[in-house]
Amino acid sequence: MTALTIKELNVWFGTDRDRVDAVKSASFDVGIGESFGLVGESGSGKSTILRAITGLAPMWSGEITVDGKRIQRATRDRAFYKTVQMVFQDPYASLHPRHTVDQVLSETLHLNGFKDINTRVVRLLDDVGLGGKFRFRYPHQISGGQRQRVAVARALAGEPDILLLDEPTSALDVSVQAEILNLLTDLRNEHKLTYLMVSHNLPVIGHMCDRLAVMKDGEIVEMMETDDLRHGTAKHDYSRSLLAASAVA
Amino acid sequence: MSDMTSQHSSWREWLTTDAPTSRRHARLANLYQGWLTLRANSMAMFGLGILLALLLVALLAPVLSPHDPFEQSLSNRLQPLGTEGHILGTDSLGRDILSRLIYGSRITLYIVALVALIAPVAGLLVGTVAGYVGGWTDTILMRITDIFLAFPRLVLALAFVAALGAGIENAVLAISLTAWPPYARIARAETLTIRSADYISAIRLQGAGALRIITKHIWPLCISSLIVRVTLDMAGIILAAAGLGFLGLGAQPPSPEWGAMISEGRRFILDHWWVATVPGLAIFTVSLAFNLLGDGLRDVLDPKDGSQ
Amino acid sequence: MSLLEVENLWVRFPTRQGIFNAVRGVSFALERERLGIVGESGSGKSMTGRAILRLIRKPGIVESDAIRLEGRNLLELSEPEMRKVRGQKISMVMQDPKFSLNPVMTIGDQIMESFLLHNNTSKAQARAKAIAMLEAVSIRDPERVMRAYPHEMSGGMGQRIMIAMMLIPDPQILIADEPTSALDVSVQRQVLDIMDGLVKERGMGLIFISHDLNLVSEFCDRVLIMYAGRIVEVCDADKLHQAKHPYTQGLLNSLPRLDQPKKHLEVLKRDDGWADGESVGGS
Repeated sequence: MTALTIKELNVWFGTDRDRVDAVKSASFDVGIGESFGLVGESGSGKSTILRAITGLAPMWSGEITVDGKRIQRATRDRAFYKTVQMVFQDPYASLHPRHTVDQVLSETLHLNGFKDINTRVVRLLDDVGLGGKFRFRYPHQISGGQRQRVAVARALAGEPDILLLDEPTSALDVSVQAEILNLLTDLRNEHKLTYLMVSHNLPVIGHMCDRLAVMKDGEIVEMMETDDLRHGTAKHDYSRSLLAASAVA
Repeated sequence: MSDMTSQHSSWREWLTTDAPTSRRHARLANLYQGWLTLRANSMAMFGLGILLALLLVALLAPVLSPHDPFEQSLSNRLQPLGTEGHILGTDSLGRDILSRLIYGSRITLYIVALVALIAPVAGLLVGTVAGYVGGWTDTILMRITDIFLAFPRLVLALAFVAALGAGIENAVLAISLTAWPPYARIARAETLTIRSADYISAIRLQGAGALRIITKHIWPLCISSLIVRVTLDMAGIILAAAGLGFLGLGAQPPSPEWGAMISEGRRFILDHWWVATVPGLAIFTVSLAFNLLGDGLRDVLDPKDGSQ
Repeated sequence: MSLLEVENLWVRFPTRQGIFNAVRGVSFALERERLGIVGESGSGKSMTGRAILRLIRKPGIVESDAIRLEGRNLLELSEPEMRKVRGQKISMVMQDPKFSLNPVMTIGDQIMESFLLHNNTSKAQARAKAIAMLEAVSIRDPERVMRAYPHEMSGGMGQRIMIAMMLIPDPQILIADEPTSALDVSVQRQVLDIMDGLVKERGMGLIFISHDLNLVSEFCDRVLIMYAGRIVEVCDADKLHQAKHPYTQGLLNSLPRLDQPKKHLEVLKRDDGWADGESVGGS
């Protein structure tokens, strides 16, 4: 059984003449405990796949299977939310500006039905490397990297198995990116999580993932192991041009 | 003495700390920051001062008022400003204008409070639900809003008076019923923007329902702009009440409502100008105060730091 | 005499918690070369660029011994004189063309406006110049683009249009503030090559501000690295990997690399001493 299976997924916006196909016939598997990457530039459809999985993109066709269960409808149920969580790209937009860190985490814990909220909040903050002094701050009082840590804590509050990561470090400084990527690596090992990570940055995907799919204009053009990436053995022209563009002196 | 100052500075430290220790602490610290920003705006503080004075005057009316506002003295009618015993003169029935002004402040505050409670709250409810739920709910609610928006305030007030009789409550009702649509529109517009934000997506992914999202996530963000809008609308509301009073549709004589006072003084404006002008100046001052405060509040509540 | 000399630049902002110094004693000289200024957010790199053009308004305070453009101190100029310098002698390209192009004017109108502002010519001449400029930035159908609006353009095209607009008055120095950060990787190269070609062709000086150390090292001749408002290191671009300052080394080492797989990335350990040291001269 895989953690996540996508088969012939199509996602579109608008109808008839205004229809835009954001994702076309995408198929891939993510094994349990694996870290899988989706690479592509803007408009490639990679983030849209994440939205389709979580129910934030209502018009789709094909098969999405999470934890062995087929997703049938436009909305998701509680069991789904306990299994799959997401970390968003922009740390400046993913936390409610009027809620303290404590409120964000407490609310999440409350919605997940936990009773020992205080202990869990303290533990979550500890897990992501934030001390107690951040607990009652508002988002505008903490930095981008710290906000992203809170976003990760929020995603982990419900003890999910699968984490969807939508460009989690694109909006962060290089030095902060390293900290967050290390945090994600550690958390994955500690909690035995499965990651589906989306990014336009090949070296980041290479660092975090075991396998990856390259997307262009809504389609998956190639699937690779990270080793292939490191050795530069890409088969599709587009993958090769992406590799060349990301090559560092 | 040093005990007082050290206590004072420790309060300040507590409020400006960057590591709050509880939710209440965080909220108070945030309010304090907002207060400091407002305090820096001298025009807004001036407006706030006037409004606090208004509140005090209304509360202490029996104490402050030199005469009974309803006491008539026909031999003493239309006395000018500075008359002994009647600093602001008397009106056409010999009633002391200053006393009537003081007691009238209660009525003004009553109107302001009622409308401020009804209109924005109704608007917030309708606007946020329409904006968040969308679809048919949105269409229906917005069309209802449009219908109310189309009503001319005075015509509606007349209709109410015809149906329910004249009186201040009916005037307030009429004003509220025509004042809530703009708030609904603002709330809806804000909701549409907020709805697509990542933090809303995040909480939906935790399984939050529409009710929780609307009340706990959308309302806190809409409230700031509504507060600002209400204070800026206050001037209009007071004037609307005054207008209704002027037409005899609001407060009924002998009630010392400021608009009704202007109406009564209208006949004497050429020779005894103060009878109409003094309550007019009072309305002007209070409206200005609300405007200044509203401007200041907008600077405080407008979230410019951090994207929103 | 250098093209541009900046001596001891300070940019301060008064806040409720005291004075915040965004730029602290930065000095450097620019010849007809490509100079990169690299730093993270909060390092003061963008502020430096804006201070040179005197774009920082109150309550920001700009203090400097001198900012000399070909010997002429820009700080001594009046606002009308400074307006003649902006765009004409020193131009700036900013990060996101979505936000720097006027959305309600056609592209043609905007480019022509830029030209007519600095030159007393006829509209027809301005139009011809605009089309020539669009061709110079490799836009294949300039007539169509002239009639189009900014929202109809892709990011890469928008940025190329921005470059065209900024280069029309033939400035001597171009300040590019994160010009490719909002663009896709494949488009970045294209835009940078165009900028590079134009800069070389016209003998301009280029100040390239970015957070991307590797990009800057490939594209520029010299690099200034800024941290907390100070320049902590200056080096030739091709010798970047032999950088001496621990901050630069830390930045380079914390990047994930395809050719060097690691379990954990090296995290930059900030030293308070870096912020306190003297700013390194960048001449």
